[in-house]
Amino acid sequence: MKLLIAGATSAIAHETARYFAADGAELFLVGRDPEKLAAIQHDLQVRGAKRVVSYALDLNELERHEAMISEAYEALGGLDAVLIAHGTLPDQARVQHNRAETLQEFQTNALSYISLLTILAERFEQQRRGCIAVISSVAGDRGRGSNYVYGAAKGAVSLFASGLRARLSKAGVAVVTIKPGFVDTPMTAHLKKNPLYASPARVGRRIYVAMLKGEDVVYVPWFWRYIMGIIRLIPERLFKRLPL
Amino acid sequence: MIINGHGRTYQSWGRYPKVKRQNVVRIHWRGDSLDLAHINGSVLPRGLGRSYGDSCLNEDGTLLDTTPLNRFIAFDESAGLLRCEAGVTLAEILRLIVPRGWFLPTTPGTKFVTVGGAIANDVHGKNHHRAGTFGRHVTRFELLRSNGERLICSPDENADLFRATIGGLGLTGLILWAEFRVQRVAGPFIAKEQIRFSCIDEFFEISADSDERYEHTMAWVDCLATGRNLGRGLFMRGNYTRPKPIPRQTTEPRSLFTMPIQLPAFVLNLMTVRAFNSLYYHSQLPKRTFRTVPYDPFFYPLDAIHEWHRLYGAPGFLQYQFVVPYAQDRTAIKAILTEISRSGVVSFLAVLKVFGDVPSPGMLSFPRPGVTLALDFPFRGQRTLALLDRLDQIVQAHGGVVNPAKDARMSAASFQAFYPQWREFAQYIDPKFSSSFWRRVTQASHE
Ligand SMILES: Cc1cc2nc3c(=O)[nH]c(=O)nc-3n(C[C@H](O)[C@H](O)[C@H](O)COP(=O)(O)OP(=O)(O)OC[C@H]3O[C@@H](n4cnc5c(N)ncnc54)[C@H](O)[C@@H]3O)c2cc1C
Ligand SMILES: NC(=O)c1ccc[n+]([C@@H]2O[C@H](COP(=O)([O-])OP(=O)(O)OC[C@H]3O[C@@H](n4cnc5c(N)ncnc54)[C@H](OP(=O)(O)O)[C@@H]3O)[C@@H](O)[C@H]2O)c1
Repeated sequence: MKLLIAGATSAIAHETARYFAADGAELFLVGRDPEKLAAIQHDLQVRGAKRVVSYALDLNELERHEAMISEAYEALGGLDAVLIAHGTLPDQARVQHNRAETLQEFQTNALSYISLLTILAERFEQQRRGCIAVISSVAGDRGRGSNYVYGAAKGAVSLFASGLRARLSKAGVAVVTIKPGFVDTPMTAHLKKNPLYASPARVGRRIYVAMLKGEDVVYVPWFWRYIMGIIRLIPERLFKRLPL
Repeated sequence: MIINGHGRTYQSWGRYPKVKRQNVVRIHWRGDSLDLAHINGSVLPRGLGRSYGDSCLNEDGTLLDTTPLNRFIAFDESAGLLRCEAGVTLAEILRLIVPRGWFLPTTPGTKFVTVGGAIANDVHGKNHHRAGTFGRHVTRFELLRSNGERLICSPDENADLFRATIGGLGLTGLILWAEFRVQRVAGPFIAKEQIRFSCIDEFFEISADSDERYEHTMAWVDCLATGRNLGRGLFMRGNYTRPKPIPRQTTEPRSLFTMPIQLPAFVLNLMTVRAFNSLYYHSQLPKRTFRTVPYDPFFYPLDAIHEWHRLYGAPGFLQYQFVVPYAQDRTAIKAILTEISRSGVVSFLAVLKVFGDVPSPGMLSFPRPGVTLALDFPFRGQRTLALLDRLDQIVQAHGGVVNPAKDARMSAASFQAFYPQWREFAQYIDPKFSSSFWRRVTQASHE
């Protein structure tokens, strides 16, 4: 398995990568912090990855995506799968008053995904096989007052992936949308934990399985599908008054 | 470094004493610039909290949760050296190395401990008579001090700090990563022999006969048996092996049982424990049994039940482990077993083993040549505490010591008598580091 991971320093992505490494996969890791990338690279090498290549890049530099993906194809001699995982969780109360910061969050959490997906779609459509997985979020299923900047960006990723899935299914390429609920990672380290929090190891394992099977939309843990199903049913007239 | 706000509780495994106020800071990356000096109050590293007593607690201070430091760094199979971050668990290590023909140099009775915790408590296992403690196999580690210094410590470099940190109960700084030796083994199974012994003298005979030929030895003792039966139990010994054909289940058991609720404290009483112990002792009808078993149930029988400590109910329990020199052992062990069975305070699990003479590397390390007994007591207030104080005196009178890494109650006077080197050790403590344990056992000192 030849796998590209964008945002490879994410705790969730790392847990997923561990399963692929144990299978002897070849990995191309992209992240913006070279020191963290090296720590991940060494871990995956020890765990059995056949080859690990690190590539330092701030994924907000959209104009460098094309070169990075070419490099991945070259380094591994092709790609079987991609996981796009990077992200930031903004402080809604702050960014909602700041146009520049709000757009920056869109750049990180939506536009950079769309840029990567657009390039990858061409390649995968041509090679007519493989799997592209994106980490979206349950937060993208409905806009909530407390988190709509992040939620809207993730919602854009979910919608974009849904359309892309329809397009690429004709070429035999799977597009997997991962929608985690709360996960206990550095991204949520400052938040108070509740029993709904899942471990990154559990989420990572689920993503690994979903990618191998080429599933469509995966809620992790599974019960979020039902929670979000109910949340989506609440009429807007009522929803806007809920403290969510 | 990210500050706190966790719903999780950070108690000790014995859940006595209970901590009310404690902050938690998670350490995510070993390369992060960690500004420990600016945290309010004292700090203490924390692994998986499998310590029974208060050496993993820091009431009114801050715990540095190291569990996210769970990355491997290098595995040199030609030298048998593994390097990993301090929060990597022994369970993860086994999952990596066992399929490649390796095993830990030694292991405690649970695999759910971190490498940092194994070093800081200088843990021992069933092969102590051969391998010594875990610290014996550590070649180097990186220690972060609160002044921002990062020190590589090994027997040659910062050697004093190396000796102080092994068995140093987390007080000398934060271990970020460590390198240690692993051993090649014949296979991930144990050819296990189990022998019933009817009294303590018989235990010593079997033990003396076993240490030469068996990598692993230990015994379970029925602490409630008295008189002629005093010190009866089951002796277990075994060696690594690879059976042919290999049984299907080679790795850890899949589904683990979790103790779903906390049992009411009264469930464990003299009657139920006496019945259990007696049943367990008599469950083995023949004098000897032979079986080849996977390593997991051999080393980690209790890991099959997650959260088994809930068995003891809300009050929690205490583990008491001591070692007394070999020469005098029989009288000391007999005196203690007699004292326990007379006290009527029930001990559910009691584990007896003869330690070998491989020296422990740590300044404060507990293991030393002699006989060690580890007992679990449900906490029943003053009665339990008073019994353990009496046991301290017997242990001391016989030239023994109590294990501080598992302790939650010994007096400052006892600790300082057991470990007169504590003052020398104290020079290496990082001024920002402290623990509930350390404050308890040094408060009453006359400085
Ligand atoms: C079922 C069971 C069986 C056991 N059997 C044995 C046995 O056979 N032999 C034995 O010796 N012990 C045994 N123990 C005790 C256990 O092995 C030790 O308490 C072990 O050290 C716990 O590791 P931990 O990761 O949970 O560390 P914690 O309990 O969280 O911490 C232990 C100590 O290590 C320090 N520490 C942790 N991480 C670091 C770090 N990165 N840098 C510096 N200091 C650090 C802490 O400050 C603390 O002082 C057993 C425990 C259980 C629950
Ligand atoms: N944690 C949750 O509760 C949760 C829930 C639902 C969805 N998700 C999604 O899951 C994914 C993984 O997050 P996580 O929980 O694993 O958190 P994480 O460990 O904080 O990972 C996020 C990673 O994204 C990287 N990143 C951010 N911006 C980047 C950029 N411009 N270029 C390159 N890398 C960038 C970060 O790199 P640095 O370390 O260098 O900053 C970080 O490693 C994210 O998409 C997140 O939105 C998380």
